[in-house]
Amino acid sequence: MSLVTGKITGVSGNLIIVVVDGAITQNEVGYAVKGEQRLKAEVIRIQGNKAFLQVFESTKGLKIGDQVEFTGELLSVNLGPGLLEQIYDGLQNPLPKLAEKYGFFLPRGAVLEPLDQERTWAFTPSVNIGDKVRAGFYLGSVPETQFTHYIMVPFDVKGEWSVVETAPAGNYTVSQQIAVIQDERGNKRSLSMQFQWPVKLPIMAYKTKMMPKEPLVTKVRIIDTFFPVAKGGTYCVPGPFGAGKTVIQQITSRYADVDIVIIAACGERAGEIVETMREFPELTDPRTGRSLMERTIIIANTSSMPVAAREASVYTATTLGEYYRQMGLGVLLLADSTSRWAQAMRELSGRLEEIPGEEAFPDYLESRIAEFYERAGLVELHNGGRGSLTIGGTVSPAGGNFEEPVTQATLKVVGAFHGLSRDRANARRFPSIHPLDSWSRYSSAVPVDIVDYARDFLFRGTEVHQMMMVVGEDGTSLDDFIVYLKSEFVDAVYLQQNGFDPVDAATSPERQNYVSQLIHSLLRKKFEFSSKEDARSYFYDLRQKFIDWNYMEYGSEEFAVQEKLISGLIKG
Amino acid sequence: MRKVYKKVESVSGNVITVHATDVAYEELAEITTRRGKSLAQVIKLEDDLVSLQVFAGSRGVSTSDEIRFLGHPMNVSFSEDMLGRIFNGSGIPRDNGPDLAENVIEIAGPSVNPAKRIIPSRMIRTNIPMIDVFNSLVASQKLPIFSVSGEPYNELLARIALQAEVDMIILGGIGLKFDQYMYFKNILEEGGALNRSIFFIQLASEPIVEGLMVPDLALAVAEKFAIAGKEVLVLLTDMTNFADALKEIAITMEQVPSNRGYPGDLYSQLAARYEKAVDFEGSGAITILGVTTMPGDDVTHPVPDNTGYITEGQFYLRNGRIEPFGSLSRLKQLVNNKTRKDHRAIMDGMIQLYAQYLETIEKRSMGFRMSSWDEKLIKYGDLFESQMMDLRVNIPLEEALNRGWSILAQCFKPEETGFRSELVKEFWPHHEAPAEV
Repeated sequence: MSLVTGKITGVSGNLIIVVVDGAITQNEVGYAVKGEQRLKAEVIRIQGNKAFLQVFESTKGLKIGDQVEFTGELLSVNLGPGLLEQIYDGLQNPLPKLAEKYGFFLPRGAVLEPLDQERTWAFTPSVNIGDKVRAGFYLGSVPETQFTHYIMVPFDVKGEWSVVETAPAGNYTVSQQIAVIQDERGNKRSLSMQFQWPVKLPIMAYKTKMMPKEPLVTKVRIIDTFFPVAKGGTYCVPGPFGAGKTVIQQITSRYADVDIVIIAACGERAGEIVETMREFPELTDPRTGRSLMERTIIIANTSSMPVAAREASVYTATTLGEYYRQMGLGVLLLADSTSRWAQAMRELSGRLEEIPGEEAFPDYLESRIAEFYERAGLVELHNGGRGSLTIGGTVSPAGGNFEEPVTQATLKVVGAFHGLSRDRANARRFPSIHPLDSWSRYSSAVPVDIVDYARDFLFRGTEVHQMMMVVGEDGTSLDDFIVYLKSEFVDAVYLQQNGFDPVDAATSPERQNYVSQLIHSLLRKKFEFSSKEDARSYFYDLRQKFIDWNYMEYGSEEFAVQEKLISGLIKG
Repeated sequence: MRKVYKKVESVSGNVITVHATDVAYEELAEITTRRGKSLAQVIKLEDDLVSLQVFAGSRGVSTSDEIRFLGHPMNVSFSEDMLGRIFNGSGIPRDNGPDLAENVIEIAGPSVNPAKRIIPSRMIRTNIPMIDVFNSLVASQKLPIFSVSGEPYNELLARIALQAEVDMIILGGIGLKFDQYMYFKNILEEGGALNRSIFFIQLASEPIVEGLMVPDLALAVAEKFAIAGKEVLVLLTDMTNFADALKEIAITMEQVPSNRGYPGDLYSQLAARYEKAVDFEGSGAITILGVTTMPGDDVTHPVPDNTGYITEGQFYLRNGRIEPFGSLSRLKQLVNNKTRKDHRAIMDGMIQLYAQYLETIEKRSMGFRMSSWDEKLIKYGDLFESQMMDLRVNIPLEEALNRGWSILAQCFKPEETGFRSELVKEFWPHHEAPAEV
């Protein structure tokens, strides 16, 4: 089949209009040819013999009449060993290799192999000739950093096939044949360790999707205790600029109790992802004692990189996450920020002259966001194993107003909402997750009655505080004042956490349970103070001791000593 | 010989259309009108209908005017000869110096590979305590000054430019008033910095479209100098005018507006410019200071809002002072641990006390009785405002830190300030008598 070509008849921003001479497919990839350069583009609308393509590069210099070559393939990524530790752009070009080849800048139209084609992997087959296999079945495995990377039957294989050839154990590159399979009609297919999958289609080569139940421990107290995330669940972190979205994402990417973390820097500052890129290789994973980078994949499509590739970067990251989920691993995808992706959609929708919805976002915004978060999930694999993909997305609402379309569309589909507050950030109360506005549908690491009791105090404390603003401290009863002090205490010693301190930055669920019991006993205790001044100094003293306690290693000797001091103070 | 077109199909806003072939997207054209020659840039191609934005504006464009396509996108000549020169928004000299035509470079070039970026690590000293002590400026940072019209933001920019330890200054003026332009010119001349400066200026009296190219011109030149090892400071004033120019073109092109009339790609457009700030490993760096005036002092206005998401902090300029609250340098943590060991403590401690001072002021205005502690805070607040926050204060970082200790010692006993004992021992000035109030 000869490939379809076309000629450009219109250029506007990153949109080109092409008259084609044959059959084309929605979302198929085409290349606009500009001299030596081939600019990747994707079909996003078809009208008669006209195709509308979004170009993933700058369209500067394109002319009417320039040739476009279509590939017949949907926008895809390469899957296989060697993805971990990589830093890709939104289209899976390895950025460090691009830097080696082209230097400081990202030249237009530069494309490199996503997976190292030279490197060999120690392959151990796990199937025998005659075995029946389906999409996603394991054919063997290779070690990749600390993981067993299963080599799978490509996900586009339909029905049952049988293994007719398998390579002996040994070292192979990703493109060498490691097995041959055959279907009922005798069609043979040679398989290597790498294959492709279109990024916009979810990988569904598993038995069933299950209800996410098990908590995903982030070691951030306010999250794990009050607004927990589940393995295979979804959550969003909306917040105005300067509220600490990125710091929370960075902390989560370091301490979250998962196998693999995929960071999708989508349309955000390059500086932030650079910190991650430069620091992760130096940091050790507290779970394994190995470099954090060994469990990380970074997709960096920063704000000055081509806008259309922003959308692709989110899908690329999700597809890589789904791929590792198929190996029975727990994967966490952090997308920062989904608003930039939504803006990319808006930009394009405007160029396509679609009827705008609210704030000019396209009306399919909600369904696109829902589709994205729905790719998360806990799944049971064909071999009985379980894998999970958890998605956490930040949202950057315009003006910090959560009523805007992207935040609202996201809230409809996620399982937990960590709303960041500018007031808390200004008051230097970090993490600035709002304790009253946020919510989660997942179960906490701490017993529910303890959590509810504490939340109740936070509510009442806020009420008292608001009242105090009007009537002054003098007009507040001592009992109310104690409620206020208790809620402030919980805020200061439990909700707030110092992300830059090696101990306080990560609180294990055991410690959270332990500490919250003690706080619970304090909250339940009835105090008799002679004056507000007395009450205040008591709580300030206790607060200071508790904060010091937070900086002490759990289970250490000083931890025990400090605990005695604190319990003594609480018992009175 | 390139073809000349003599039939303008439509004129709308500052955009004209013409039927032409073999025209490239973003190519430049030259239009000759009765008012003279102007550059224009291709912003849309639709079959053989070409839309061009005319930098000099469409006023006086006749349907029979001559349009000549130049066969290349917007570019600028780059050489050492540019130093001390002043150009307009099309890159044409606005001083009496000669035209520069050699070594032409592309503007708005590709973005820097994140893998080649490094973590910023060098502080830029400005001798302004509110910056050096409290929100240090870091080489390769991008930082806007959020302000309202009438505030001395250009004076602040000029001062930073004069005092900052950088090799060269590139000023991009967008919609700059003539007197402000002259002010920059004179003050840099007086300060002896003009010969290490380059100006790209679009005056407020000139068509706003011409301002669209100013950031790109300034940053393209900055990029070349930075690669050549220079420490470059780029000043852009005022980026709200730039955003308004984008808005004007978008509306003329009948694009669907997203928020208060601004185009949906405002964020990407601003980011493409601010993200040019970079520290080239083994070479120079580009630091960007912009001015973003906030219409109605509203930080949720689309321009400051989008800017805030892009930049690495912001300075709030209000009542002629850099506000300690709201102002933020996201990169300061990367440098202020290497200056002097009391730097961070002074930075946090003084601001916390100043916050308490503001609470006290509020209490006072509500008629509550002032305690002796309140009196101390009031004294402290006054000293802090006059000796630190005042923009006329012009002292190096070390002196500012010493002054901080001195202010503290004039108002408080050491244990009242919450500083670590170790620092108090080393830095607390003893000759200063604790205040009797």
